[in-house]
Amino acid sequence: MDKIRTLIVDDSSVMRKIVERSLRQAGLELGKVVEAGNGAEALAALSKDPVDLILCDINMPVMDGLEFVRTLPTVENAKGVPVVMITTEGSETHVVQALSAGARGYIRKPFTPEQVREHVLPVVGKKS
Amino acid sequence: MSTDTSLATRSREENWQPVLELAVEEVFEIMLGHRVKPASRAEHTPSSQCTAMVGLAGALCGILTFCCDRTTARELAKCMLGPEIADADDQVSDALGEICNMIAGNFKNKLAGADGRCMLSVPTVIRGEEYTFYSLADGDHLETVMLFENSPVTVSLQLHS
Repeated sequence: MDKIRTLIVDDSSVMRKIVERSLRQAGLELGKVVEAGNGAEALAALSKDPVDLILCDINMPVMDGLEFVRTLPTVENAKGVPVVMITTEGSETHVVQALSAGARGYIRKPFTPEQVREHVLPVVGKKS
Repeated sequence: MSTDTSLATRSREENWQPVLELAVEEVFEIMLGHRVKPASRAEHTPSSQCTAMVGLAGALCGILTFCCDRTTARELAKCMLGPEIADADDQVSDALGEICNMIAGNFKNKLAGADGRCMLSVPTVIRGEEYTFYSLADGDHLETVMLFENSPVTVSLQLHS
């Protein structure tokens, strides 16, 4: 498989770096990694850079993660791109909302590299 | 803003101190690779040189704060990011805000009945201790002091009744 181009959406730059590091620790060969601080920035980034995988927080200013995921089917570069939520919002309600909106996976913060491996590898076609 | 009386009442009837301590311990162990344990406030004077805050709203209303000194804040950021990129003040503040955010989220996720009915604010971080903290939260106050590499960090939860 080619290197995986990845979009990481989180209002914390620290968390974006940790997510990228965790993906590499999980064994993913990452291609270009694009970062965005909220859903609106992520949509703008997608219009320039197509990606193979999106990791997204829920609680963010301007446009939150759920609204972003609901908008994705209308974005040409994002059709069929798997989204995995990584968030402190760990309730079943939020999980259901995220999966209903189109997310393919859900990881609660704090998270271990094993959890990243378990939830991300299957959605990019690799065995966890 | 309406407050769910069952959770507000439970905060007075149940002992949530161990829940808060476990939430803190898990965040440190999983995200920072360090084990921390509760310490005595009398033996370790907490510092509020760096303070991160996250608000809770909905079924549970209040504010969670995370305080430590500047040196500890830098060490925490290094644990999260690595030594080469953790010296900038904005990175340190960002790291503290995320730690506070994860503790708040982990705490509420452990409370049965808070499911989807308690929201978190984005974190705010204050640097410098020349301030007075005043909260309108008039309910229970939980606090735990933890030792991180022999330096105290304080986590407080002030709840609306």
